[in-house]
Amino acid sequence: MPILSKRFSIKARDYLRAGEVAIEVKGILKKIGLDAELIRRVSICAYEAEINVVLHGGDGTLHLFVDPSAIGMVVRDNGPGIENIELAMKEGYSTATEEAREMGFGAGMGLPNIKKNSDGLKIDSEKGMGTLLAISFDLKEE
Amino acid sequence: MQLAAIKETLKANLLVGEDKLAMNIEAGAGGDLMSDLLRRPMNGVVVLSGLNTLQVIRTAVITGVAALVLVRGKEPDPEMVAEARLHGLPVLSTPFTMFTACGRLFSQGLRGIDQKLSE
Repeated sequence: MPILSKRFSIKARDYLRAGEVAIEVKGILKKIGLDAELIRRVSICAYEAEINVVLHGGDGTLHLFVDPSAIGMVVRDNGPGIENIELAMKEGYSTATEEAREMGFGAGMGLPNIKKNSDGLKIDSEKGMGTLLAISFDLKEE
Repeated sequence: MQLAAIKETLKANLLVGEDKLAMNIEAGAGGDLMSDLLRRPMNGVVVLSGLNTLQVIRTAVITGVAALVLVRGKEPDPEMVAEARLHGLPVLSTPFTMFTACGRLFSQGLRGIDQKLSE
């Protein structure tokens, strides 16, 4: 049984609110009292994934799970989907709009940065079918 | 380097963080690309940016940035100030350009995050 399971909704193109979910996730993990470096990694992944939904997705959700051995995040959106996942995983490859770039995003580092900061990343997406990210983090016994 | 010394070196206005002037800053970084800021640990780091949006505040909060300096005299809007206050992130505004502001801090002994990482 997860000790915590919480779902957040993310609105596409709502640039003003982009990042609020990730900040809430960070606050929740802080309250649980997890290691600061782990919190940083999870928060960054939540933020990158949230921004991706805002920039590219249709509306979406981020579902956070915490249990004694792992943290999981499932991020879903009903946006246009990723045509070529291999290409999207390449640093510097981006399909972001000018609007996204003006906010400092869209440098093509989002998915690679999620991979770098997580212990597991699975992407399920097809053109026209939306995108699902499953991100996991191991909780090591100290 | 203390935040108060950074404020003085950059002739900056302190917009948020009156209570944090004694905070010790270990290193500095500059950038307008949020993606770059998200790639490294930013604890104890002052970040200089020309990007004046809510997203720069949220990116700083997520990555654990110690303090944010807006260059070229940019002033944050009330929403940015409120968000920074909510999360206890000090925000300053300096009239200098990015290059000059970084150079002034460097010449006072503050180093970049690459040096912090190589230790």
